[in-house]
Amino acid sequence: MNSARADAVNGGQRSPRFIDWIDARFPLTKMLKEHVTEYYAAKNFNVWYVFGVLAFVVLIIQLLTGIWLTMNYKPAAADAFASVEYIMRDVEWGWLIRYMHSTGASAFFIVVYLHMFRGMMYGSYKPPRELLWIIGMLIYLALMAEGFFGYLLPWGQMSYWGAQVIVSLFGAVPLVGDALVEWIRGDFYISDITLNRFFALHVIAVPLALVMLVVVHILALHETGSLGPDGIEIKEKKGPDGIPLDGVAFHPYLTSKDLVAIVIFLILFSGVIFFAPEMGGYFLEHANFEPANRLKTPEHIAPVWYFTPFYAILRAVPSKGLGALLMFMAIVVLFLLPWLDRCKVKSIRYRGWTFKIALTVFAVSFVALGYLGLMPATETYVLLARIFAGLYFAFFLFMPLYTSMEKTKPVPERVVFHD
Amino acid sequence: MLKRETAHRWGVAAAVALLLTAAPVFAASEYPLQPAGNDVGNIPSLQRGARNFINYCMGCHSAQYVRYNRLAEDLGIREDQVIDNLMFAADKPQETMTVAMPAGDAERWFGQSPPDLSLIARSRGTDYLYTFLKSFYVEDGRPTGVNNLVLANASMPHVLWELQGEQRAVFEVKTATDSEGIEYTRTVFKELELVKPGRLSPEEYDRFVRDIVNFLDYVGEPMQLQRTRLGVWVIVFLLVFGLFAYLLKNEIWKDVK
Repeated sequence: MNSARADAVNGGQRSPRFIDWIDARFPLTKMLKEHVTEYYAAKNFNVWYVFGVLAFVVLIIQLLTGIWLTMNYKPAAADAFASVEYIMRDVEWGWLIRYMHSTGASAFFIVVYLHMFRGMMYGSYKPPRELLWIIGMLIYLALMAEGFFGYLLPWGQMSYWGAQVIVSLFGAVPLVGDALVEWIRGDFYISDITLNRFFALHVIAVPLALVMLVVVHILALHETGSLGPDGIEIKEKKGPDGIPLDGVAFHPYLTSKDLVAIVIFLILFSGVIFFAPEMGGYFLEHANFEPANRLKTPEHIAPVWYFTPFYAILRAVPSKGLGALLMFMAIVVLFLLPWLDRCKVKSIRYRGWTFKIALTVFAVSFVALGYLGLMPATETYVLLARIFAGLYFAFFLFMPLYTSMEKTKPVPERVVFHD
Repeated sequence: MLKRETAHRWGVAAAVALLLTAAPVFAASEYPLQPAGNDVGNIPSLQRGARNFINYCMGCHSAQYVRYNRLAEDLGIREDQVIDNLMFAADKPQETMTVAMPAGDAERWFGQSPPDLSLIARSRGTDYLYTFLKSFYVEDGRPTGVNNLVLANASMPHVLWELQGEQRAVFEVKTATDSEGIEYTRTVFKELELVKPGRLSPEEYDRFVRDIVNFLDYVGEPMQLQRTRLGVWVIVFLLVFGLFAYLLKNEIWKDVK
């Protein structure tokens, strides 16, 4: 009504709309164009390109379910375990919220691992995307911290002893090790104090860092542009209208494609939540249904599956200090990837056989280490873990060598639709 | 200083646990578990299980996260029936299934306090519970007079002995050769033999135990039936929604060459 009257007053001319009022004060339309409706990405994205969006979806699921869990969870050693059962039994839909959160934790790592592997396959870390890769690695670190702090909160036996094992790793730091461990726990053992501070870190400190890093990650991506499976910079071939010839707008093209991926993901996600929430003891460990008991060490302490590749590396080394150092290095080398890879060609589609074999060996080693980290440390398993740990590091250590003498194929001018 | 020493001990314990994760603190039983074969959808079995649990287990074991009125609702029992027949240790139906036995006394009597059983089916598994309750055998010298094949030196007495009767463990001597070719003999467990029948036949006893295990399975995750029922609808919805999402995507992408 108001605008109709304004039209009459302005002599038929359209009055300034609400959006104009906003735009004069905040660059809303400009941002929407830049990041959504006029952000162009390669039109030949394949299935590997959905995991970034899926990671974002899982982040939202975790934040929302996390907020609702916090409304009923009690971060105290005496109450924590019972409050989780209270959520599971007495809170309306509490079980669904909790299963979404516990399954979401594992789903987060699955999609992030696939997202990272995508980056390795198609050279998403190569110049000018080094910083984008590093921000992504920081997200991964934050995610590991988030998973670790969160796992203590249910206060089950595995929560307790897993935290005990991982915190004690800091004791390997020379000179200040013991003091450092005590400082982290805030006590002489994992106690109520530790639980309380892990809760603080899990629900505010790390999520805040995560969200900010994700924003920075997306901004950095939109600055350099999405690469696509051909490893071709679509910005280099623009039409007369200034739009990349091989690009499609994020909205509605990628949003409609991602929606299909999100639904498929949600079907699998619901399959776990509703039909196998424990996922055979991998997503929710059986021993964690027993309350934490400081006086009873479980027979077999295994971290949750997403940490096991690094746990296997740790156990492969007889010295605890050296093992912890190697485990730490296994993550650090990933940061260095943009500089270790000397090959100019980005996508695996046009790279030489040496890299293809090396990447396969890396993937197999990572999965094998993950499996071995779940198994008891028998002689054979430790030996295997040593071999795969060796292969894991060899992938990075020899990378400058085998990538600089790689025989690559010619990269096409324009993107091609493959498979 | 005592506290610091304890802390140090825990550090060492953790380091040892870390490096020798495979070395069990208590040797896990090698005894093969039998499939419980219970069905949480079987309401009469759950009702019998609830009765058995309250009559035989709840003297010592609580199920402290379970409310009586929730039981009534899920198991299709009227609240007054629950009050009359099942609520021996509570005044109000919304109370949880706790026991009156003080933990301190229990620890003195049994060596350790009987664990709460709300989540036992989730931490140990139904097969474990089923086999455990069937594997008590008479052994002289044990404080309870019995031992158990699943959990060696269990502090729990064979509460159901009147029903099952007495079992004896039959061992046999086997000769084997070690890696250096030296022959040695060892005593291995062969089977359990029912030496004194109980009030129930072996088949009836199996069913009795299965009902208890079924009840514990339900108690471990009371919403599990609701969960799977809802899951079907959620996935059906997602499939239909996914179909439309896919058609929408095709429509939008049809001009992209």
